[in-house]
Amino acid sequence: MVQGLRVIGVAIRAEPRVFTAAVLSSALYGVTTVGSSWALGWATDHVVLPSFRQGRAGTGTLVVAALLIVGVAVLKAAGVMGRRILAGVMQYRMQARSRRAVTRQYLRLPLAWHHRHPTGQLLSNANSDAEAAWAPLAPLPMAVGVIVMLVTAAGAILLVDPVLALVGFLIFPAIAVLNLIYQRKLSPLAMRAQQLRAEVSEVAHESFDGALVVKTLGREDAEAARFQARADELRDANVLVGRVRGLFDPLLEALPTLGVLAVLLVGSLRLEAHDIAAGDLIQVAYLFTLLAFPIRALGWVLAELPRSVVGWTRVQQVLDATGSMEYGTAALDGPIDGPAKLEVDDVAYGYDPEAPVLSDVSFTVAPGRTVAVVGPTGAGKSTLTQLLARLIDPDRGAVRIDGTDLREVAKGGVSASVALVPQQTFLFDDTVRGNITLGLAVPDETVWAALRLAQADGFVSALPSGLDTRVGERGATLSGGQRQRIALARALVRRPRLLILDDATSSVDPQVEKRILYGLRDGSADSTVIVVAYRMATIALADEVVYLEHGVVAGHGTHERLLARCEGYRNLVTAYEREEAERAALDTDADEEVVA
Amino acid sequence: MALATGLRAAERTAFETVRHGLRLSPEFRRGLGGTLALAVLATLGKVIVPIAVQQVIDRGLRGGTPDVSFIRNAIGLCALAVVLTALCGYLMNVRLYRSTESGLATLRGKGFRHVHDLSVLTQNTERRGALVSRVTGDVDQISTFMQWGGLMVIIAFGQLLVATVLMAIYSWQLTLLVWACFLPLVVALPRFQRLVAGAYTRVRERAGDVLAAVSESVVGSAVIRAYGSEDRTAARIDTAVNAQRKAQIRAQRIVGFTFPITELVASVAIAGVVLLGVELGMTGSITAGRLIAFLFLITLFISPLQTATEVLNEAQNAIAGWRRILGVLDTPADVADPAHGATLPRGPISVEFEGVGFAYPGGAPVLHDVSVDIPPRTRVAVVGETGSGKTTFAKLLTRLMDPTSGRILVDGVDLRSVRFASLRERIVMVPQDGFLFDSSLAENIRFGLPSATDDHIRLALTELGLADWLDGLPAGLETPVGQRGESLSAGERQLVALARAYLADPDLLLLDEATSAVDPATEVRLARALDGVTRGRTAVSIAHRLSTAQAADEVLVFQHGRIVQRGPHAVLVEEPGVYADLYASWTAGTHSS
Repeated sequence: MVQGLRVIGVAIRAEPRVFTAAVLSSALYGVTTVGSSWALGWATDHVVLPSFRQGRAGTGTLVVAALLIVGVAVLKAAGVMGRRILAGVMQYRMQARSRRAVTRQYLRLPLAWHHRHPTGQLLSNANSDAEAAWAPLAPLPMAVGVIVMLVTAAGAILLVDPVLALVGFLIFPAIAVLNLIYQRKLSPLAMRAQQLRAEVSEVAHESFDGALVVKTLGREDAEAARFQARADELRDANVLVGRVRGLFDPLLEALPTLGVLAVLLVGSLRLEAHDIAAGDLIQVAYLFTLLAFPIRALGWVLAELPRSVVGWTRVQQVLDATGSMEYGTAALDGPIDGPAKLEVDDVAYGYDPEAPVLSDVSFTVAPGRTVAVVGPTGAGKSTLTQLLARLIDPDRGAVRIDGTDLREVAKGGVSASVALVPQQTFLFDDTVRGNITLGLAVPDETVWAALRLAQADGFVSALPSGLDTRVGERGATLSGGQRQRIALARALVRRPRLLILDDATSSVDPQVEKRILYGLRDGSADSTVIVVAYRMATIALADEVVYLEHGVVAGHGTHERLLARCEGYRNLVTAYEREEAERAALDTDADEEVVA
Repeated sequence: MALATGLRAAERTAFETVRHGLRLSPEFRRGLGGTLALAVLATLGKVIVPIAVQQVIDRGLRGGTPDVSFIRNAIGLCALAVVLTALCGYLMNVRLYRSTESGLATLRGKGFRHVHDLSVLTQNTERRGALVSRVTGDVDQISTFMQWGGLMVIIAFGQLLVATVLMAIYSWQLTLLVWACFLPLVVALPRFQRLVAGAYTRVRERAGDVLAAVSESVVGSAVIRAYGSEDRTAARIDTAVNAQRKAQIRAQRIVGFTFPITELVASVAIAGVVLLGVELGMTGSITAGRLIAFLFLITLFISPLQTATEVLNEAQNAIAGWRRILGVLDTPADVADPAHGATLPRGPISVEFEGVGFAYPGGAPVLHDVSVDIPPRTRVAVVGETGSGKTTFAKLLTRLMDPTSGRILVDGVDLRSVRFASLRERIVMVPQDGFLFDSSLAENIRFGLPSATDDHIRLALTELGLADWLDGLPAGLETPVGQRGESLSAGERQLVALARAYLADPDLLLLDEATSAVDPATEVRLARALDGVTRGRTAVSIAHRLSTAQAADEVLVFQHGRIVQRGPHAVLVEEPGVYADLYASWTAGTHSS
């Protein structure tokens, strides 16, 4: 509750003018609501009842009454209009503000932070959480207006008659308390239903994603039962919500009606005592009918508060996250265009400090060399490539290019010299050109040259709009191999001095891959190249090999040297040959047996 | 292509859609009469106050001094009526929630089951997310409408009706006046609604853009950093976020303008009633109490009209949601379980393809006239370049799709006349992408055989030569695999998928590049294990590494959708042709010298 008010306070400080205007409009609405009942009461006392009693109507007072009624309504409509529109402006501005701040933070925080947070969570932080945080802003001005309305109404009724006011003072707090109990009871149930709704959706998502497995193993019925169980739970939760709603909604409607009846009864007694006029009675009764609904707006704000606090806290956690990348001021020395010299000096890195992925990794690559990084699944190859491109910083040791520690390089310096093509290709929902240049101003000839080197010029020129073809979300309109080649061209167009390929051609046909690698080695890229690979053909093109095993460098040298000296390497790269040899031997044995 | 295989877009009018939808879930109609009767009684509660006001003024206050005993009785009666109508409201709500929620749960279940009945062709042409919405968001929309909007419609109509009847009893002239004021508003409602609906559609579209932009910044975080394109990404997000904000505020403005108009109209009606009412009163055709009751009755017009645009919106959404779900249910399961299908006896399976051809709907044929027979206990390797028809062959053999020409026989029985339960038990495919469910390793392997104990599972892994790997996992069989199995590496996921299929103990095992993501040493180890487990069974392996082909009894070589060569490796490798070329390029790529 207190926290909820703090969140609202933040919004008020951020948008003081809109808030003030919204509240003023709403106050106008509150006052004119009471005003409209007063106008009706006035009309009853001064126009309707006297006319009926006297049997003739005064045209002047009739017109005044009509104008009064319509005039108050115009003011009230203006109040409602201002309240609704301005409340929306405030709410949506705050949402947009949070979304921008959260996504800025996503872009600022290091990759290591991203690794620790699941994608789904980050998406909901920027979307549903940012929305929930500011949801109470929509009914807030209305609630303030209602308070103004209640105070004005209390004043108005007191002026009319203290005894009638007493009825009001009994009824309205009762409505407020009932409403509070309602929201208290409802909100945990509604939250649970919301939770179950998410679970139903998760089951459906997972089950449809795994449809092939479900089908091939004939588990459709079992999956349907799993889904139905969740759907039934959701049904029961919703019915519970319905029970509470079903009970409180009619109660909240009946209470003010009973109030009006009480007013009529008490008012008649007061009339008998000549303490009030009939118009006063009508005014108060009408006021009660008008107040019954708006008073529930107070409950809406209160109902949104817990959700808002949760959303706001989640957003705040992202905004408070520390550990952004620090940049130095150094420029990367060395020839402007020439290939880079790379030093990896005693580097260690772990996602979990207890279980380092890499430890004591040291090796040096001379400018212009092509180095293959080889190792079994889980040896730390991809982690190494991320360190080389400074997507993450080592826990210990340093990565140096041309003698400069990457951590000392100015912002943008590393990405200007180093290009990493990651294992998972990622394309933006943009044109082919946009995906390659990423906003960099480069002439089309350069883009085409990069595409040629990536063996992608052929299919790109066959696309309906060539470079201007949109590739769809995540590049959905292209095949896996085509996506990989676009990603490669994205790296090449920057003429990187250090090019890192993390198994980046795995979906490309072997012949095409070979042409790409030959092209790179021929020096048309003029880079130092680090390539993570399984395929022998790739390894064969490298000048030297770094063999990683369990996060340490288990061998570094030419392919031939490692083959001779490093057992793990030999086992890995000759696995197929040995298998073949064994089979051949078995076949020979079998043949001999047959002969025998 | 999407047209031919996509979900059927039901061509129904709104009325037919609702009728059809109600028929699908009989729960909706159960006790509907009682619920409606309660709704009518609950609505009567709305006119208690105007009646009470009229009675008090006209009869209780007639003589100048109040007739207290009459007023006390009248008020007491009214209070009783209020309590009774509130009770009716409660009962109606509970019944409504229970019947609609039950009906919707059934609808969800039916939709879900049917999605799984659709063939892979249909499933793939639809976005997965869209299929999920059919059983989640679309149903929720119907639920919102039924419980809020639908109720509003009943109450609004009831309220307007009861108010109008009472008004007409009091004074037909004033009733005409009130309706004359409100009628233009009623006529303009559909226009308002279109305006509002259009604005909200734009908000939803912009929200989709924001989601896409934000998800790029999260999913593409590595690329964005590697290329230093943070600023560009931030600018793209800002554009989307600001466009959404603008659309939201625009929608709010439209609603903000249209909403209070009703109150203005009501005030005009009230003023008119006062003017005309007093005139009528002079001629004695209306009493003061009735006139004032009119003023209370007019307020009953406000809320139905104010919420009408919203209700109409909800109604449209609900009908659209219903139409989409019906679209799923109307889409025939093109690969259907035969009604009185054959059950295959257990034991090694023989397979025969007779002149089988296949074309994706609207596409060119991808498989032409394939005839081949695979005797029981044969191990067959299928090789060929990407796009040569290998995977299509596998999908036809497992009856994920039906051939467009020719037929496939298993043990001499047409595949199309074999019961699914029997088919799925005898023939199991391990797809390339080993999808895992977000639970433990054991649960995922057990997916192949629900009755398997942990010991069974451990034994299966040992037989596959994966005991070492299992021992190396932090929590053994209880290791959580994460969403889609993402806590495991791609290679490990394939191991689980393999174990799952092995545990299912099929008579024909089909491997579709099932070990493509594991490192060479592991793959060789696995190949050796598979060699053991496929012995005595019929096995078909789609191979990306020709070592598999070397171990097979027979190799089928695919090119451009035809089988161009077949025979054992030793024979094929000697013939000049596609296989020899593939083999040469593979050897060059895998050998150390």
